[in-house]
Amino acid sequence: MLTRRTLGLSTAAFALTVSLSGAAMAQKTVIEFWHGLPQPLGGQLEQVVKGFNDSQDKVQVNASFKGSYPETMQAAIAAFRAGNAPHVVQMFEVGTATMMAAGPAIKPVHELMKETGAALDPKAYIPAVAGYYASKDGKMMALPFNSSTSIMFYNKDLFAKAGLDPNKAPATWPELIAATKALKAAGVACPFTTSWPTWVQFEQLGAIHDTPFASQSNGFGGLNAELKINAPLYAKHIQMLVDLQKDGQFKYGGRDNKPDGLFPSGECAIIQGSSGLRSRIVKEATFAWGAAPLPYWPDQIKGEPKNGIIGGAAFWVMTSPKRTPAEYKAVSEFFTYLAQPGIDAKWHMDTGYVPVTFKGVEKAKAEGFYEKNPGADVPAAQLTRTPTTENTMGLRLGNLPEIRNIIQEELEKAFQGQQTVQQALDSSVQRGNVVLRNFERANKN
Amino acid sequence: MQRRVIFDNKLLPYLLLAPQVAVTLVFFIWPAAQAIWQSVHIQDAFGLRSEFVWFENFTAIFTDPNYVGTLRTTAIFSVSVTALSLSVSLLLASLADSKIKGAAVYKTLLIWPYALAPAVAAVLWMFIFNPEIGSLGRLLNGWGYNWDYRLNGDQALTMVILAASWKQVSYNFIFFLAGLQAIPRSVLEAASIDGAGPVRRFWSITFPLLSPTTFFLLVVDMVYAFCETFGTIHALTHGGPGKATETLIFRVYQDGVVNNDLGGSSAQSVLLMVILIVLTTIQFRFVERKVHYS
Repeated sequence: MLTRRTLGLSTAAFALTVSLSGAAMAQKTVIEFWHGLPQPLGGQLEQVVKGFNDSQDKVQVNASFKGSYPETMQAAIAAFRAGNAPHVVQMFEVGTATMMAAGPAIKPVHELMKETGAALDPKAYIPAVAGYYASKDGKMMALPFNSSTSIMFYNKDLFAKAGLDPNKAPATWPELIAATKALKAAGVACPFTTSWPTWVQFEQLGAIHDTPFASQSNGFGGLNAELKINAPLYAKHIQMLVDLQKDGQFKYGGRDNKPDGLFPSGECAIIQGSSGLRSRIVKEATFAWGAAPLPYWPDQIKGEPKNGIIGGAAFWVMTSPKRTPAEYKAVSEFFTYLAQPGIDAKWHMDTGYVPVTFKGVEKAKAEGFYEKNPGADVPAAQLTRTPTTENTMGLRLGNLPEIRNIIQEELEKAFQGQQTVQQALDSSVQRGNVVLRNFERANKN
Repeated sequence: MQRRVIFDNKLLPYLLLAPQVAVTLVFFIWPAAQAIWQSVHIQDAFGLRSEFVWFENFTAIFTDPNYVGTLRTTAIFSVSVTALSLSVSLLLASLADSKIKGAAVYKTLLIWPYALAPAVAAVLWMFIFNPEIGSLGRLLNGWGYNWDYRLNGDQALTMVILAASWKQVSYNFIFFLAGLQAIPRSVLEAASIDGAGPVRRFWSITFPLLSPTTFFLLVVDMVYAFCETFGTIHALTHGGPGKATETLIFRVYQDGVVNNDLGGSSAQSVLLMVILIVLTTIQFRFVERKVHYS
């Protein structure tokens, strides 16, 4: 009898719990969030989302991994076409122009924040970051989150072996050329390589030397931009790379981030690549290494080298026919949570991405992160060292991933000796402009 | 006398056919129709704006100087893959068909590669050919041969041809082996008694009797080389260096999925479809005449 009563009670209690949690579930607004970060970064991002879910009981954000950045973009586009877009999607920086041209498919963040009465101050963000994701009149179109920039890593042990000062990284290109010569003489098979050939050797080069990558302020001015990368600065720079490659002082390691592994393995003495490579180097390198800003050409520059531009991704709000105001409200709460300096600083320190807000930088400083991790401040310093100009805000070019591939293809033909550097650049401009015209045509209203 | 099945019910035959027709409609006719519709339109990535442009997407392809190069690469690639996978698998099947110790083990091992996903297979190839971490790549560079498929187009093309053929060898092997086992032993034995050597027996008896299998595999391999080698190329070279390993199917993917140019990509798939239809027709009209069906 006692047993039966207990059983009855516990059944009632169970039913009560179920109905209570059911009620709680019903109250929660569910937000779908698609991202393109593989492990371990994806897991770290999901931890941030979990932090938000645990911090309140109104909104449940479901983070799901949709493959690489281009795959995530494709998934989001396909979902939108099917009327089923996620609330929030993480989009890599080169997809920015495509997203901005998407018109009714996206909800600009400034609009979302205004409608839901939340505050988001664009001035809180580092200009090189905010500028990349801002509309022509300076309004935030997406929420910046994981931003990187490109810097240089060098192997201090190999520098010492070649008789170079391990505590002084080459600051200019002539210094870097001299260093690769010494490294080669010391028997290093790969003195220097570059990841992301287009991003680092074209886009960053242009920004640092305040030289346009494309007309119309790198595309910020309108869809009718044309590429400018056959200008003398680019020709001189790429000719230098081709010459170094012939002499065995530079090694072409492949497209995009394929060459990343050449540095932590000790194969290449110098690599220029994403600042995000840092976490991998920390984990894998068995030698002393240093980080430094990208070098510049003293004879191609007026005054100081300018700020570099960003890479990485931002969060975009997508629309769908069945979206409710409550869902937008929930998204804006999620964004407000993400925009806090504490979240920004923690993400930066955990992952090697740069802090996107000024307060985030200060917080990381205050916690003594840069004293414990020398060189970790290089990316942010390079991003903020000068005020942005029209050439250093970033790129706003349609189908930029395609243009990057075209440049890589033409570059490979130049490295193989199938064409001269000038031919490669002219051909990149010509083919790239076709892409830009097609984008302009498909997206004109 | 011929036996015929008579259906009393007029509806039943249609019902029995329906699943097959539905599958064909949903998975073949409908996507193909979509591709044709897309190929005469220019559209933005999100499908918000669409413009009917007649055959502009096609003229864009034909006026693109790079497309000729892609066609050339595809021709070299497809012919090489088909020839290589057919000849190697025929050789292996003939060897496995003879009376040797442990034939079952060889047969099983030779069939294995077919079960491997192209991406996984490509990673394995990378462990062989990568100049820094690949076993063969390191060896070649150690011998002073400058092996670097990231910058040498010919080396890259050779590598993807090898990788793509290897994958198809097991498939061909199964069919060839089955074909060989179906050849009556008595005919071969009679030829032996008449004094025909193994080479003569192969060319005069085995090869002609095997021709239905060979012909079937020729068609299948050609379609494979044109359409299903995408994964291998994607994982190994991404069409590079330059455009050295860019085949038609890889470019369809690149333009459609990566570059969001659905019109151009669809126009290319329509062209690819036409090329395959023409090739298959040629094969059936001219090559099939030489096939002996018993």
